[in-house]
Amino acid sequence: MDAVKVIEIKKSVYESNDREADKLRAELKAKGIFLLNLMSSPGSGKTTTLKSVINKLKSEYRIGVMEADIDSDVDALTIARETGVKSIQLHTGGMCHLDAGMTRQGLDELIDSDIDFAILENVGNLVCPAEFDTGATKNAMILSVPEGHDKPLKYPLMFSICDLVLINKIDVMPYFDFDMEACKKNILMRNPKATIIPICAKTGEGIDEFANWLREEISKNR
Amino acid sequence: MHELGVVFHIIDDVTEVGRENDLTNIQSVTLQLGTVSAVVPELLTDCWKWAVKKTELLKEAELIIEPIEAVSHCEDCLTDFDTVANGKICPNCGSGNTFLLRGNEFMIKEIAGN
Repeated sequence: MDAVKVIEIKKSVYESNDREADKLRAELKAKGIFLLNLMSSPGSGKTTTLKSVINKLKSEYRIGVMEADIDSDVDALTIARETGVKSIQLHTGGMCHLDAGMTRQGLDELIDSDIDFAILENVGNLVCPAEFDTGATKNAMILSVPEGHDKPLKYPLMFSICDLVLINKIDVMPYFDFDMEACKKNILMRNPKATIIPICAKTGEGIDEFANWLREEISKNR
Repeated sequence: MHELGVVFHIIDDVTEVGRENDLTNIQSVTLQLGTVSAVVPELLTDCWKWAVKKTELLKEAELIIEPIEAVSHCEDCLTDFDTVANGKICPNCGSGNTFLLRGNEFMIKEIAGN
């Protein structure tokens, strides 16, 4: 039997994914495709928010949506039915997040239908998706009022990697001990560059502002 | 929180290194894991045992985890303190103006095989 060799590697577990993500981001830019990675807890209103904003933007861009979930295709069906844009469901096979490799596979399917604005609705989870760069042009997250204004303190990594934080369900603020100013302060402490937009996906409040943010970011990417 | 996902990443990375070095059997993989890396060592080991059985090169590979204790630094009184016991607040002066020096690492240190 051969002698045992010890090989030093000394690299981060996340390093190969980060490299893969940078490569994907560069390829998308070259093709003129903007990819938004949208993250949040389960039940914060990702699908409802997307529905509202897609209906505002679908005449301006060729939009495609990737819905990532552990199981089922309810979100992809909702998006397809209520917006009419191309929507595919990605199953993570039990995993709690998408990585750059899985995102690329989903995009390969979407790009066939000639899109210039792709949206990835990540698995509902405030921890794992933050660790894995998907290769998206921009990262956004939704924090909903019932979750509480202390979440930026509890899940610092998620808030520190997001370019945009949407605070959803502001219509129910009177019923929860939610302090909007404290919440903004907590977010900016983690991430001074974050844009914060309070919205209500159900009534449409703030969705115009969200749509304008997207228009601006998409034009910067061109 | 995402132990299974990272196990797959580790297997891919070390398989590549094993092949480059003409190994036919990897006996052990050593990781360095910070105590505030959001990865639970016991779960990681469970996922590892399940996932390596499906591979060729790593079938019998043992996972060795070297912990790295988390230490934070206070920018006001310039002392270092135990992050796990104290969180973000400096136990010496009570300031919240602190940052993590080490403890969120998640590194593949080395592999051994033949």
